[in-house]
Amino acid sequence: MEAVLLQLLNGVDKGGAYALIALGLTLIFGTLGVVNFAHGAFFMLGAFCAVTMHKLLTISKQVKDESVTFFDSYKEIPYLELWLGDTGARIIDYAVPIAILLAIPMMLVLGIALERGLIRHFYRRTHADQILVTFGLAIVLQEVVKAYFGANPIPMPAPEAFSGSAAVGEWLGLGGGIYYPWWRLIYFLFSLALIAAVFAFLQYTTFGMVVRAGMRDRETVGLFGINIERRFTIVFGIAVVVAGLAGLMYTPVLPPDYHMGMEFLVLSFVVVVVGGMGSLVGAVVAGFLLGILQSFASMNEIKDLIPGIDQIIIYLVAVIILLVRPRGLMGRQGLMET
Amino acid sequence: MTSARSDLLLLAAFAAAVLAMPLWMAPFGAAYPDLLQRFAIYGIFAIGFNILFGFTGYLSFGHAAFLGVGSYTAVWSFKLLTMNVLPAVLLAMVVSGLFALAIGYVSLRRSGIYFAILTLAFAQMCYNLAYSVLTPLTNGETGLQITRTDPRIIDTWVSGPSSMIPSTTLFGIPMSGYTGFYFCAVLLVAAFYLSLRIARSPFGAMLRAIKSNQNRLNFTGVHSRPYALAAFVISGVYAGLAGALLACTDPLAGAERMQWTASGEVVLMTILGGAGSLVGPFVGAVVIKYFENIFSSFNAGTLHSVFGFLPDGLENAVVTVAGLFVGDGWHLTLGALFMLLVIFMPGGIAEGARRGARALRGRRAARRSGAHGAHATHGPRAHGVASSAHAAAQRAE
Amino acid sequence: MALLQVQMVNKSFSGLRALSDVNLSVEEGSVHAIIGPNGAGKSTLLNCFVGRLVPDTGTVHFGGRSLVGLAPHEINQAGVARVFQTPEIFADLTLAQNVMIPTLARRDGAFSLNAWARADGQRDIRERVDAALEDVGLAHARDVIAGTLSRGDKRRLELAMCLVQEPKLLLLDEPTAGMSRADTERTIELLQRIGRRSITKVIIEHDMQVVFTLAQRITVLAQGTVIAEGDPASIKGDPRVQEAYLGGTVQ
Repeated sequence: MEAVLLQLLNGVDKGGAYALIALGLTLIFGTLGVVNFAHGAFFMLGAFCAVTMHKLLTISKQVKDESVTFFDSYKEIPYLELWLGDTGARIIDYAVPIAILLAIPMMLVLGIALERGLIRHFYRRTHADQILVTFGLAIVLQEVVKAYFGANPIPMPAPEAFSGSAAVGEWLGLGGGIYYPWWRLIYFLFSLALIAAVFAFLQYTTFGMVVRAGMRDRETVGLFGINIERRFTIVFGIAVVVAGLAGLMYTPVLPPDYHMGMEFLVLSFVVVVVGGMGSLVGAVVAGFLLGILQSFASMNEIKDLIPGIDQIIIYLVAVIILLVRPRGLMGRQGLMET
Repeated sequence: MTSARSDLLLLAAFAAAVLAMPLWMAPFGAAYPDLLQRFAIYGIFAIGFNILFGFTGYLSFGHAAFLGVGSYTAVWSFKLLTMNVLPAVLLAMVVSGLFALAIGYVSLRRSGIYFAILTLAFAQMCYNLAYSVLTPLTNGETGLQITRTDPRIIDTWVSGPSSMIPSTTLFGIPMSGYTGFYFCAVLLVAAFYLSLRIARSPFGAMLRAIKSNQNRLNFTGVHSRPYALAAFVISGVYAGLAGALLACTDPLAGAERMQWTASGEVVLMTILGGAGSLVGPFVGAVVIKYFENIFSSFNAGTLHSVFGFLPDGLENAVVTVAGLFVGDGWHLTLGALFMLLVIFMPGGIAEGARRGARALRGRRAARRSGAHGAHATHGPRAHGVASSAHAAAQRAE
Repeated sequence: MALLQVQMVNKSFSGLRALSDVNLSVEEGSVHAIIGPNGAGKSTLLNCFVGRLVPDTGTVHFGGRSLVGLAPHEINQAGVARVFQTPEIFADLTLAQNVMIPTLARRDGAFSLNAWARADGQRDIRERVDAALEDVGLAHARDVIAGTLSRGDKRRLELAMCLVQEPKLLLLDEPTAGMSRADTERTIELLQRIGRRSITKVIIEHDMQVVFTLAQRITVLAQGTVIAEGDPASIKGDPRVQEAYLGGTVQ
């Protein structure tokens, strides 16, 4: 029972990441009609926003190390610590959440620039062309990051306060002994909050209503004189920000490295397909489901039964779904079915 | 309309160009066997991929898996049977063909994006499995190599056990240096000729129809799925052949060949040369591999010597920027090239050549089938890049 | 002899009844029109003939053989050819290549791995293609890229593609939709010319001139049911038909 609960928990934070990426993918596909192979790269860029923020906050000064007496030794002390002492150290500790302040404007600007400069020229082009150009974009983004940050993963610690584990077992009355890392819980809650925010935006604002209408039936919306394409920029920007934030907050869980984007992208596309292309709810549900599924598949008992299952379970599920129920769990019938 | 005679001329010209590569590539500094072999091998890969993508319009992101399967099969043939390359090549083609049949059968139940994602998913699966569960077969990260103690049943039976690590041979002729290249080159010419025949055949006409309007084709009494599957398997066999040749010239098989980046590379080669054209994919392969060779070997030093003529400050700035694109940054160049190509010239070099020829002749031949030329199997279209049935999918939106 | 026999076909989409107990009988060699106001279910019915939709209940028999559940290519191989509302052709191929495809399909069947022979080298194919293009008056344009044709010419190309297969039944889904008067007249004339070869034709049409010029028998659909059937004269005078077009609720 504890093992099951643990795996469930293990699955929901990764599932949260999948859900967020898939949400953005579906928004872009459902509204703009664009298949965006660069979406994983945005996740990766968000993660590197955290790295950048950390670097910024820890710009250091060389200071003589007083504790070493028989030769001159220097150590690096971050300016923030020098100026603000403990508070400074605290700030550095919270680099990851603080990076949100950096990430939102950065990803928004990037998203708007990309939509204006590139994506909008591909609305009328074939899906194959869209895939190809965003694929190229993903490679470019990935390589730029690699050139600047190097090829090795860069561990990003969670804030001290959250680096331990929570006694989840006790909360749920299942007795002691079940612990789960605080940050991963936070990530799960964060992803839920972000998803809720997006849905609220779509549900309760006029803008959101137009977007939803456009997703259902673009032609009719156009006939009503609503220039939906003008709203595309913002939708794209939102999707990019969501992916970026998802990546950013995930850094304590998975040290960012330059090619994580493509890995998450493939899985996220699979999620979208399972959930149903064009269905936002489907994307979210499928994201969590597949995260949990993958987590269970990596349980030792299961791996003993079917070796390697954890590597391929998600793809297997995608294959099965594509064959048995091509519109996915919640997709609209007739969309993309051939 | 192209005639049988012009096709033979094309074949002869192609064969001549390929077989004489050691000569005319010399001024470009590309005449050494290793690189020439890569031209031929990736040429085969791209020509096969083009049959699925350029002719039939199905974009697969998983063809690197067949490349890998071909490599592994060939190396196993070297280890278990004989160092003779012929069985290795034949076995590799059969095994990758079967693989392609299985994967294609499943993937082709959908088209368009779904198909692309399915192929990507399968390729990732193979890649993951190769590094984990299938390590007995693939030797994981180290890669599969030939060793002294390999059984090599047929070889031992024919000529007794060997005490050294032998090299791959074609009935006794070692596959190194230019011999290796010529072996690959002959196969390349054969592969090209086959793709030419396919293009001109009724089968090829159906493939083109699938790309043009699969829905219409179905209502015209043609069952398009077997055609697409056949194209998929054929392209898989080509890829397996290419993988086997990689192993023939360098008997090592590694899973990194199956990564999605390798699949992306062949897509780029095909588009660069001109998807749907006959010679285009080969040209694309040569260009990519040639520049990969150059760019990868550049470093700050060579850049400085290239840009030495600039004033110092400018030179440093230029070198820094250019430095991003060379050496390890070759992939960045590749990605950027990809994007530029798709944005500005999706028809690739073949389309560029056609436009140039048309401009030279000054003819507005856009409406005439003369635009088809001796090379192309597709006419001018809004986007030179294939998409096909996916137009039907777009209508569903 | 009824070539196409439709009996008690019902089709619903999420509770919306598109077709209710539709019966239709098309005599061999005749020209049968299906008319009705928008939303009457004409296209739904046609899609049931061609394998795009499976009726909830009822049968569709063609030459004694059931068409229900067959794939589109099987239905075509059985002898049914269709023309789409918006002309469906191979836009990036030449006219000759466009007509060659159905010719090959007729000769080689649904699938054949004929990858070595030259497609353009076969004289019998070329002759059939040229004859079909000649029939519809497009022989002069055999090397033109099909996508550049006008809509009317695309329709003619599509007809050529159907005719070259020598179908037993030709389904025409609003063949003159979106056409100018002149184009419509030309299409009527073309269809009349083909008519002399006694191919059974089922036409869905809005344009009454087309219907009353060509049809020998007319079925009127409204809101998913057959409200009248008969020869043109009786349909013209039928009060129920008039009400359906002028007075009834449009969905």
